Amino acid sequence: MPTIFLEKEDVTKTVDATTLKEVYEKLNINSTTVIATKNDELIIESTKLNSKDKIKILPVISGG
Amino acid sequence: MPCKFCKTNPVINLPNSEINLCKSCFIKYFEKKAIKTIKQYKLIEKNDHVMVACSGGKDSLSLLYVLNKLSLKERKIKVTALLIDEGIKGYRDDSIKDAKKFCKEHKIKLHIASYKKELGKTLDQMKSQNPNKIACSMCGVFRRSLLNKSSRELKATKLATGHNLDDEAQSILMNQLRNNIALSSRMGPRTGTGKDPRFIPRIKPFYFLTEKEVATYAFLKGLISKFNECTYNEDSYRFEIRDLLNNLEQKYPGTKHSLVASFIEILPTLKKSFKGKSIGICKTCGEPTSSNICKVCNLTKEIN
Ligand code: SF4
Ligand SMILES: [Zn+2]
Ligand SMILES: [Zn+2]
Repeated sequence: MPTIFLEKEDVTKTVDATTLKEVYEKLNINSTTVIATKNDELIIESTKLNSKDKIKILPVISGG
Repeated sequence: MPCKFCKTNPVINLPNSEINLCKSCFIKYFEKKAIKTIKQYKLIEKNDHVMVACSGGKDSLSLLYVLNKLSLKERKIKVTALLIDEGIKGYRDDSIKDAKKFCKEHKIKLHIASYKKELGKTLDQMKSQNPNKIACSMCGVFRRSLLNKSSRELKATKLATGHNLDDEAQSILMNQLRNNIALSSRMGPRTGTGKDPRFIPRIKPFYFLTEKEVATYAFLKGLISKFNECTYNEDSYRFEIRDLLNNLEQKYPGTKHSLVASFIEILPTLKKSFKGKSIGICKTCGEPTSSNICKVCNLTKEIN
């Protein structure tokens, strides 16, 4: 299962998902509020994920 | 689906559309859209000295990057940066570092104006002496006034801020729901006519770009630093509106664009009906105000 690091919450989870879209759905994340990277490259919702992938999710909302 | 234009790996699916773009096509698209807003609303013209309000965050650094690039291309435009140091421990320090580093790298002049120096107190001191006051309300009044005053003193002809489509959509809805429509009449991609020398016109080149687009651009240009939130961040109503809009957007793509587009349609009418209120001078400090004593002086008295 791909590993998902959530930057804002500073937690890592594994999620059973084959695309980024599924990750968002399973973690209840609104895709308009985040961007995501794989190996430091930006990916989009339809990007296919495999079980060894490490994904980072960064909030797009700045505070203050 | 690959990039619409060059068939390589996409970095974004454009909001409210089926179009995917790769890194270089997105950067082109983003800069073009900002420049188009600048041209269409005459935000920047020849011989302008543009002061960019710079917090060191992703929005303002992206704006500084785009405008600096423009000034290198069109030599008749001067771009400098202005940072307001509110004095918020553990928050502003890091972003000041980021702003300094960026400006040094890009050879942009950076001015810093601090609450401590201009008002005698940091925001932290104001808040600890006035725990019942909302930090963001104090912060907002002082920042707004200081941005204008410092830009004027530094002889800028425009003050550019990194406000994006999400920010504007939130403000429009908030003003509507609080029956603050007079405030809305002073919004839009450009505010201030430039006829009153005391007010530096404010411009928002990212007006039609979403927060996600700005974040994507900032990421691709290496301008995003670690997630950092202001310790106060108390404008909870704005957050509620923001979440509401983002939830609607997810369900009904295009919601935010439509809200801003319909606002732009009625803005000329709004401006007309709220025109004519003459601007006077604050009896205490001499800054422009619509009443006898300006907001800054009122607030300063309250928190002393
Ligand atoms: S979150 Fe509030 S207190 Fe913090 S910088 Fe923004 S306006 Fe000021
Ligand atoms: Zn491309
Ligand atoms: Zn005053």
